[in-house]
Amino acid sequence: MFDFTPDELTAILLSLKVSLWAMAVSLPLGVLAALTLARGRFWGKSLLNGVIHLPLVLPPVVTGYVLLLLFGKMGPIGSILAQMGVVFSFRWTGAALAAGVMGFPLMVRAIRLSIEAVDRRLEAAAGTLGASPFWVFLTVTLPLILPGVIAGAILSFAKAMGEFGATITFVSNIPGETQTLPSAIYTFTQVPGGDLGALRLTLVSVAISMAALLASEMMARRAGVRVHAT
Amino acid sequence: MSLEVEIRHRQGDFALDVGFRGEGRLTALFGRSGAGKTTVVNVIAGLVRPQHGRVVVDGRTLVDTDRGTVLPMHRRRIGYVFQEGRLFPHLTVRQNLLYGRWFTPKTERSAEFTRVVELLGIAPLLDRRPALLSGGEKQRVAIGRALLASPRLLLMDEPLAALDEARKAEILPYLERLRDEARIPIVYVSHGIGEVARLADTLVLLAEGRVAAAGPVAEVMGRADLFPRAEAGAVLEAAVEDHDDRWQLTRLRVAAGFLTVPRVELPAGRRVRIRIRARDVMLATRAPDHLSALNVLPATVADITPGDGPTADIRLDCAGDRLLARLTRRSIEALELAPGRPVHAVIKSVAFDRHTVGGALRGGPNGADADLEGG
Repeated sequence: MFDFTPDELTAILLSLKVSLWAMAVSLPLGVLAALTLARGRFWGKSLLNGVIHLPLVLPPVVTGYVLLLLFGKMGPIGSILAQMGVVFSFRWTGAALAAGVMGFPLMVRAIRLSIEAVDRRLEAAAGTLGASPFWVFLTVTLPLILPGVIAGAILSFAKAMGEFGATITFVSNIPGETQTLPSAIYTFTQVPGGDLGALRLTLVSVAISMAALLASEMMARRAGVRVHAT
Repeated sequence: MSLEVEIRHRQGDFALDVGFRGEGRLTALFGRSGAGKTTVVNVIAGLVRPQHGRVVVDGRTLVDTDRGTVLPMHRRRIGYVFQEGRLFPHLTVRQNLLYGRWFTPKTERSAEFTRVVELLGIAPLLDRRPALLSGGEKQRVAIGRALLASPRLLLMDEPLAALDEARKAEILPYLERLRDEARIPIVYVSHGIGEVARLADTLVLLAEGRVAAAGPVAEVMGRADLFPRAEAGAVLEAAVEDHDDRWQLTRLRVAAGFLTVPRVELPAGRRVRIRIRARDVMLATRAPDHLSALNVLPATVADITPGDGPTADIRLDCAGDRLLARLTRRSIEALELAPGRPVHAVIKSVAFDRHTVGGALRGGPNGADADLEGG
C-alpha cells in the first residue's frame, strides 16, 4: 500500500518544505508580535491584535483571496516584490506564505501567553547585574519562554501541514509547485478510483501531525523542567 | 565611600522627598513598610526613574535630573540583593553566580569566585538549581551573585524579611563578614531594629516618604522619640573581655566599666555591638547592694523627656557612652532626678539576648526579632 507514486511523494515533500519554511520565517516575527502585544503600550494595540487574529476567524478562502489581492503580481505588495525578484503567486513560496499567515495567530497566542507568565522582576535583576535589554532578552526572557515558543512553532507547523483553503485560493493546485498534501488529497477525491491514494496520503498526514505534536510535548516538557524544577 | 542621595518623586498618592549622605561601610534605611525605603534603593539601582533627583556614588554621578543625566541600570554597576532572591530558575547556582561577572569589563572584575563562594559558604550548592535551595541558601546565592558583578555599591532590600528566625540567624554572620571583608559599601533596607543595630554604621530613618533622622547609628538610636515605645534604646560598642565558664557568662568592656551578659561565642578582644533597651535599664541614686542584677554602671543624667503617659525617657551619660532609661514619672520624682545628677544604671544580664548582642549568643530566649512592624 505504501509504495507512493512520484506525484504523491512530491506532494509529501513539498508539504514538509512549505510547512518548515512557513514555521521558520514566521517564528521570529511571531516572537516579535507576541512581545509587542504582551509588553507594548501604544495606540492601536487592539487593532494590531485584531489583524493578527483575523486569519483565525475569517473563512480561509477569504484570507487566500486577500493574499491574492495583496501579493499577486498586480497587487500593491506583490508588484513591488516582483521587481526585487520575489514572486509568490502560483509558486511554492506563495503556499508557504499562505500557510504561515494561517498559522500565525496560533503561534502568537502560545508565545504571548508564555511571555505574560515571565516574572519581570527577574529581568530587572539581570539588568542590575549589567545585562543590557538585548542581553536580558537573550539570556533570561528567551530561555524562560522557550516552552511557549516551541509550542507555538509546532502549532504553526501543524496548521501549515493542514492548510488548504487559503493555499488553493492564493496559489492554486499545481502538482510539483503548489500541490501540498491536502490539495493532493482533494485532487484524489475528485477523480474516480482515487480513494486509495487519498487514504494513503491521509494516513501520512495523520502520522506527520502526530509526530509533530509528540515532539512538541517532549521538547516543551524538557524546556519546562529546567525552568520550573521543584 | 560616600553616597549622596536626593530624591523628589511622586507616585500616585505617595510622595517621596528625601536627601541624605551615607558614610561608612553600611548605611541602613530604616522605617515602616510604605515609608519609601524600597523606592529609594530602586532609584539608586535605576529601576525607578525619579521625577527630580541626584544620586552620586563615590563621586560618580548616576542620576542628575537637572542636567538630564540618568544612567541606565545595566551601566551603573550597583549590586542589588532583592527580598525574594530573584535567582534565575533556568540556570544552575554556578551559572547564576557568574551571570553578572560576564557583563563586567575584564579589568574591573575584582571579586574572586572562590573567595565569594567561601565567604558565603555556598560551595556545596554550585551544581544545584535554585528551585532546590532553601530560603536561606537562595539568599546567600543572591548575595554572591551581586558581589561577583564587582559592584561599586551593594543594595540589600530586606534580604532577611522572607526568612524565619533560624534562617535569619544563619545569614546574619555572613552579612557581618561581608560588611567587614568585602570592601564594598552597602545600603541596607530593613524594618528590623535588631538587624540595623547590629549591622549599620549610618542610620537613615524614613517615615512617610521623608527622612525623620539620619546620622551615626548610636546617635540616632539613642533618640527615644523616634522609636516605638518597646524598642527605644541605646547602641554601644563593646569588646569581649573574658568568659566565665562556670556560670556561662561573658564580660564585655564598655567605656564605664564591664557588663556581664550570657555567654557570647567570640574570642576575647573581639568587638561587638550591643543594644540596651530603655525599658531594661533601672536607676538608683545610691550604689545598690544585695541586688540580683549583675551590671551597675555609674552614669550622669543628661536630660529627661516626659512621655505622654506615666513614663519618661532619661538620657544618661555613661563615661561617654550614651544610655537610655525609661522610668515612671513617679519614680523620677521620688528619686529627685534632674539633669546633672549622678546615678547608677542597673541592667539585668538576662536582658541581653541574641537580638541585642551582635555576634553569637547561644540560642537566646523566645520571641521574634523585635522590629517596627509587629513590635
